[in-house]
Amino acid sequence: MVTIKCHECDKELNISNDSIKGEIVTCPDCGSDFEIVSIENDKVELKPAEKVGEDWGE
Amino acid sequence: MSDICIVYDRVRWEEKCLCEKAIKLGHTSKMIDAKTLAISTFDGNTSHNFGDIVLQRCISHYRGLYLTACLEFLGSNVINAYSTAEICGNKLLTSVYLSRHRIPTPVTQFAFGPDVAGEVGDEMGYPLVLKPIVGSWGRMIIPIKDKDVMDSIIEMREEMSNPLNKIYYLQDYVNRPPRDIRTIVVDDRVVTAIYRYSPEGEWRTNISRGGKAELCPITNELEDICMKTSKAVGSGILGIDLMEDKEKGLVVHEVNNTVEFKGASTVSEKDIAAEIVNYASKMAM
Repeated sequence: MVTIKCHECDKELNISNDSIKGEIVTCPDCGSDFEIVSIENDKVELKPAEKVGEDWGE
Repeated sequence: MSDICIVYDRVRWEEKCLCEKAIKLGHTSKMIDAKTLAISTFDGNTSHNFGDIVLQRCISHYRGLYLTACLEFLGSNVINAYSTAEICGNKLLTSVYLSRHRIPTPVTQFAFGPDVAGEVGDEMGYPLVLKPIVGSWGRMIIPIKDKDVMDSIIEMREEMSNPLNKIYYLQDYVNRPPRDIRTIVVDDRVVTAIYRYSPEGEWRTNISRGGKAELCPITNELEDICMKTSKAVGSGILGIDLMEDKEKGLVVHEVNNTVEFKGASTVSEKDIAAEIVNYASKMAM
């Protein structure tokens, strides 16, 4: 488990070891979504996730 | 063994599952973020190698659709093909193709202006269902209970900036049990079928809205209608949604191009990801 601070509210975000680049993590405190840009060993880089688009789906 | 490329713009449970399954089955698999891609018409150059076969799994319909067009231009094998993605990503086109191939589907009418949309609604009678022609997860699908609601929704739709909202897709409100059927169809064959039950206080059955999954028997009728539907839209990997109309029997109301199968996997005995990977490998040859 890697812990990183939420870019929005500064609370701790826990990221599981099997997470991969491109996955979305949600801050349990403020609800902000972040996309994992890179994950290597104990280093995780996040960016704000895209907002849900009208054409999103399956 | 094949080199399977999964193109995504948001990694869901399904994309991760497919990548892991491909590797487990002895293939090489890589994931490419569609948001990082640039493709030129001049020489088709891209810094990426898309392998033997591409599974296009973008969550954004338009990004996935036009990327598929570009990848096909570059000579890549893409599942699903552009033509299939175009039909399935647009409910109006899906309805047209279903009707053209005489596949049972709810009565649907299209109206291209606000006044005629109101007239069509009155002719069809209420309740009816208004759907956006592009969109998923049950979003903006509205049960219209009477003329007053219809007029209000039309007024609201006319204020929206997206031009697609000014095309009205009006469908009969199907008299059905509080569930629908989702089939996962791969290579014109039903891999698994589930009932999706509406959660309490919700009429839509989407798993993304809290719908509950239960295994559904694959009858000859279900297999037959799904096979015909799959062929009508160009085959591939599809999520076909059906309702049990109490008067007409099974009717197809939607075909999904980048099918989510997390919900189905919780109840199905089939290894859905393995079926998809095996099909991708077959198509790579």
